Amino acid sequence: MTANAGASDAAGLGRARAVAFVTPAFLLIAAFLVFPAVWTIWLGMTDFRLTGAQAADPQFVGLDNYRAALTDPAFHNSLWLTIVFVFGSAIVGQSVLGFLIAWTMRSVPKTVKAIVETLVLMAWILPSSIVAFLWVAFLNNNGGTLGTILNSPDTAWLLEYPMASIIIYNTWRGTAFSMLLFSAALGAVPPSQLETARLSGASTLQQFRDVVFPHIRGHILTNTLLISLWTFNDFVPYLLTAGGPDHATETLPVFIYLRALYGGELGYGSAISFIMLLINLVIALFYIRLLRERRTANRSGDADADDAKADADEVLTAAEARNVGQ
Amino acid sequence: MTTVNRRGLARRAVPAISILLLGTMVAACDRSSGSSAANPTQNASATDVALTVTSNAISGGKNAAEADWYANYVIPKFTEAQKAKGVNVTLKFQPSGVDDEQYKAKMALDLKSKSGADVIALDGIWVGEFADAGYIKPLADVVGPNVTSWDGWAQIPKAVQANASYNDKVYGVPGGTDGRVLYYNKKLFQQAGLPADWKPASWQEILDAGAKLKAVSGVIPIQINAGTAMGEATTMQGALDLLVGTGAEIYQDGKWQGNTQNTRDVLGFYKQLLDQGLMDKNIQQAAKGRDESFAAFAANKIGILLEGDYFWRSVINPDKGSAPMATRDADVGYAEIPAKAKGAGVSGQDLVSMSGGGGTFLNPNTKFPQQAWELIQFIYSPDAIKAALAGSARITARQDVNKEVLSKDPLLSLISEKVLPITRYRPGLAVYPQVSQALQQATADIVSGKSVDEAAATYQGAVEKVAGGADKVQKS
Repeated sequence: MTANAGASDAAGLGRARAVAFVTPAFLLIAAFLVFPAVWTIWLGMTDFRLTGAQAADPQFVGLDNYRAALTDPAFHNSLWLTIVFVFGSAIVGQSVLGFLIAWTMRSVPKTVKAIVETLVLMAWILPSSIVAFLWVAFLNNNGGTLGTILNSPDTAWLLEYPMASIIIYNTWRGTAFSMLLFSAALGAVPPSQLETARLSGASTLQQFRDVVFPHIRGHILTNTLLISLWTFNDFVPYLLTAGGPDHATETLPVFIYLRALYGGELGYGSAISFIMLLINLVIALFYIRLLRERRTANRSGDADADDAKADADEVLTAAEARNVGQ
Repeated sequence: MTTVNRRGLARRAVPAISILLLGTMVAACDRSSGSSAANPTQNASATDVALTVTSNAISGGKNAAEADWYANYVIPKFTEAQKAKGVNVTLKFQPSGVDDEQYKAKMALDLKSKSGADVIALDGIWVGEFADAGYIKPLADVVGPNVTSWDGWAQIPKAVQANASYNDKVYGVPGGTDGRVLYYNKKLFQQAGLPADWKPASWQEILDAGAKLKAVSGVIPIQINAGTAMGEATTMQGALDLLVGTGAEIYQDGKWQGNTQNTRDVLGFYKQLLDQGLMDKNIQQAAKGRDESFAAFAANKIGILLEGDYFWRSVINPDKGSAPMATRDADVGYAEIPAKAKGAGVSGQDLVSMSGGGGTFLNPNTKFPQQAWELIQFIYSPDAIKAALAGSARITARQDVNKEVLSKDPLLSLISEKVLPITRYRPGLAVYPQVSQALQQATADIVSGKSVDEAAATYQGAVEKVAGGADKVQKS
């Protein structure tokens, strides 16, 4: 340890100054990340309410809230809806559509590519409240755009097909990220290999399976995990359906909002939040482990793969910045 | 080697983070425990005063007339009046234009974090839970004993004062009261062959009128609020009005109404309306269903609608309504709500209604308690109230103003003379909003197709949970 100290202190700061440098970061993390998380655990073990006597003097109830959640059919319903929503809109919708766009855009004229990419990006960068307003107008049953186009102006899309509506909405909303990530990844597939495959008479499907897929496997996993996390925590469906009709789109974030703020059950809401945090942690740990494995794999990979990773990392950084901004 | 270093770092980082964590927690606890009640005389003689007043009203949107009144009357006039006394007041109005439940959550969070406007408008039904939480305090605690010397109190009847009181303590100044009736579209009634002066005497007569309206194409015959999306509007302009029509109140003899014959009658009536195609399912389930029902009524697409006088004043009002109806006075009729059958209502009444009302409250954390109280007195002065009415009428808290204005409006005369004597109020108990939510869910279950017995049984379970035991809930 002592022998290594000099070698690991590459900046030559010394321990005291190094600590001084990281202290502000630790303070921020403690105040805005660790403390709220711990506070949530504590609140989840009380009968804390937004109003009433329990707001002034909450009582410790131990694990009652967690027990109540695990036997609450409304929570089960919500968890199931969240899984359906994540699977439908993120894993299937955004990934597949994003990949298809990225794949198609490789072989079209530059102007078409620019137009398509701009349109897809627009859906991604517009503020949520505005987008929600547009979609409510689009799906409205009193002369909404979709109803008018399909000549069925009385169809209440958000009420008759609530889950399908928010899945399609979220696919539209978030495809840009997958598209960007995959076009960066596809750019790094060596053309020589594709050419060889084509010359040997490989079909498009075979080209994808044997040439493209091995190169972008890591990106597919990264992409899936990231968009799963974001979609899992996404609150925007509330702006479209408010969790309705009759709890049909009450995904976990909406469920927590309705219970904690609308219903005032802050304690119960905190308990569910903590369960959600645990689910997020599991996904995140899985992701970190995966990245570590990729890093080891990359060390033995070729230069092209590293380029692709650099490109993809740029996209990731941009995405993180956007996600923080939300 | 790298793992060794990482562990070493972790060993040093963990205690560092724990200390930081402890520090933030201690700081947070310190903040929440330092809830010293405001001193009534604080800044009493200040010459530079900043005050904020808030209400669920916004110019061009919800309760637009009220928001405009704050901007065009209260702010300039109050500032002027204070200037004459040598006090420089900066008064701001903080608008809001959202559903009542969202406004309530916003106010609760504001008050919880010891911030928010100095003067706050709240619904009377929230007073209990806000007071229990310590978010609002009795006026005498915030302003001091001189609060009773306001001459306005003599003009406000005790029954109306109850709207802003809790456990016999006055928390604010009540804003008046209201009543609920059945509105109907005379044009559609004519097309359906129904009389222009419709006076239903039973629920059956409402159904009969609905059946005739159904023959007019493109019309939703009846709208009586149901479902969870409308929140308290479902209970207040729906379930509770029907419930008093069966002869029971939601809380009577120290018990909540659970799975009783009365509750099942109410749910059964909803079921009839839906099964016979007299009511639109979508409006009850849509996120903005109540607004949709307003727009549909204003567009002559709803035959009968149960609403309060708010609907007449602020929604279909041709001048400043949120869904203005230019031909309101000629085309919209109103009738008192009948009990289930003649004499079946509460106290054997033939006709029933529900009433409520908001009030204006002081934020206990205000820096200027005396000046904020002066602002409330100003808001409730006869001149300010008359300016707020701007020629129209509503049942205000003050009897001197009511005497002048109510006779001008035929609907308001009906409500003050016929409806208020027979109306019922919601119980001022902190747990009421949760019972109300359970009742909303029961109507939502009916809308989504569940049977009356199923919905009523679920409702019973939910009320038992919030009331704190089966012995506090009536079942039959």
